Amino acid sequence: MSVFWDAIKQAVALVVSGDSYVFGVMWMSLRVAGTATLLGMVVGIPIGSWLALRRFWGWGAAATVLNVGLMLPPVVVGLFVFLLLSRQGPLGSLSLLYSPTAMIIAEFFITAPVIAAITMGGVGSVPKEVRLQAMGLGASRWQTTWLVLREARVTLLSGIVAGFGAAISEVGAVRMVGGNLSVNGHNMTGTMTTATMALVTQGNYAMAVAFGLILLLLAFVITFVLTRTQQGIRRRWLQS
Amino acid sequence: MRATRVMKAFRPSRRTWLVAMLVLALALTVTAAASGCGGTEETATTSVVQSDLVLASTTSTQDSGLFDTLIPAFNAVYPQYTVKVVAVGSGEALKLGETGDADVLLVHSPAAEKIFMDNGFGLERKAVMYNDFIIVGPAADPAKIKGMTVAADAFAAIAKAEATFFSRGDDSGTNAKEKTIWKAANVTPSGAWYQTTGQGMGETLTITDQKGGYTLADRATYLSKKASLQLEILVEGDKALYNQYHVITVKAAKNGQGGIDFMNWIASDSVQKDLIATFGADKFGQPLFVPNAGQVE
Repeated sequence: MSVFWDAIKQAVALVVSGDSYVFGVMWMSLRVAGTATLLGMVVGIPIGSWLALRRFWGWGAAATVLNVGLMLPPVVVGLFVFLLLSRQGPLGSLSLLYSPTAMIIAEFFITAPVIAAITMGGVGSVPKEVRLQAMGLGASRWQTTWLVLREARVTLLSGIVAGFGAAISEVGAVRMVGGNLSVNGHNMTGTMTTATMALVTQGNYAMAVAFGLILLLLAFVITFVLTRTQQGIRRRWLQS
Repeated sequence: MRATRVMKAFRPSRRTWLVAMLVLALALTVTAAASGCGGTEETATTSVVQSDLVLASTTSTQDSGLFDTLIPAFNAVYPQYTVKVVAVGSGEALKLGETGDADVLLVHSPAAEKIFMDNGFGLERKAVMYNDFIIVGPAADPAKIKGMTVAADAFAAIAKAEATFFSRGDDSGTNAKEKTIWKAANVTPSGAWYQTTGQGMGETLTITDQKGGYTLADRATYLSKKASLQLEILVEGDKALYNQYHVITVKAAKNGQGGIDFMNWIASDSVQKDLIATFGADKFGQPLFVPNAGQVE
């Protein structure tokens, strides 16, 4: 057990001392996952709600494909993005490999399907009466859609959190396209997850545990905020 | 209601369910049968008690594919050991040896190994084989090091040209060798051109290749990856690039006998001549390692 305690003590010391590498890695994780999730929202929520509200020829296949997004193996996404951006690949001339941009692209393809699929489910569960009533009262199509999204906001919120969670905890894909590079002790493309892997093989357990604790803390805080928000929404709905 | 229509669209028909269940059951039976078959085959031929043998080795020996040849051959003579190869940098392998998390080590970081033995963590240390390191880089060779005979000079040229160089930075044998060459060149590498990957040889070569930089690699890993790389060998042959591997049995080992058996086996004449000396010759046109057990310290 002492190996745990030693690592935890050293980890806390690292964080408290403001170690620049640790904070650089932490910031990279948040920045990449955050940007990817924002882009995933911009793309995923419209696609998800569109598929939930509209019907067209081939809708069944499209909906199935979108649901695959919930089970998409992230390492496959990583491989795909790696081949896309590699020197021999179609986008190789952009020299994007092993940069934060490449990591954001990979994580985008991981979060967007998750957010879209959960949005589709959430928006699809909003009772049809809501739409009919709104349109009956003279609401435009955009106003109706906005109303439906508001009704589904609890599910949408958990979809966004699920997407962010998938992004920030991703290891394999990020490692493939990010490379965990650092220069002079300053982090360039390492994230908490990929840095942890490298640190463990180097035997630097203290720093690895530091990242593990930060990730756990982040997960806890986000889940806590989400749950409180959802409870708040439900409470107000019950009181209305 | 739209909601139930949406939900019904997702609920598969009974026939779809049946087919899905059948496919799943088939897949599970096939996997069970496959693993089950393997298991019974093993126990049929070897009714011996299995014990784990943890071999901590370098990523360079792993990435070259040497263990894919060695381990089955070892098991043919010693079927009672289930060899678990943990491929990490030499620095980490030595740490595993200290704590007894590994039973036997195959490493190539002589200075660190001597400290390990002096501190009393090892039982015995034997030379096994050698090959060499090479400096690889892009065909364009911006630092103009191609054909240089002294590794330190090449490193100095790279630093002067501030050409992108990737260091493993993971306390491995390769990393230790890289540091000695920088020291010999009287250069402390720093700047945006000197990047650290913190990963094994295979990954570092991929990154170096994709970014068109320079790196120090062992010949074995480079040759085994050559098909997927555009990097070229630019500097080789310097005595400073000599790369000696040793096998070390560990005092704190859980499976001490296994470690000793592995050490004696890998240093034995037949393994040295038949397995190590020929490894890679057919695939790469040249053997990747040169056996030298008993010839050096």
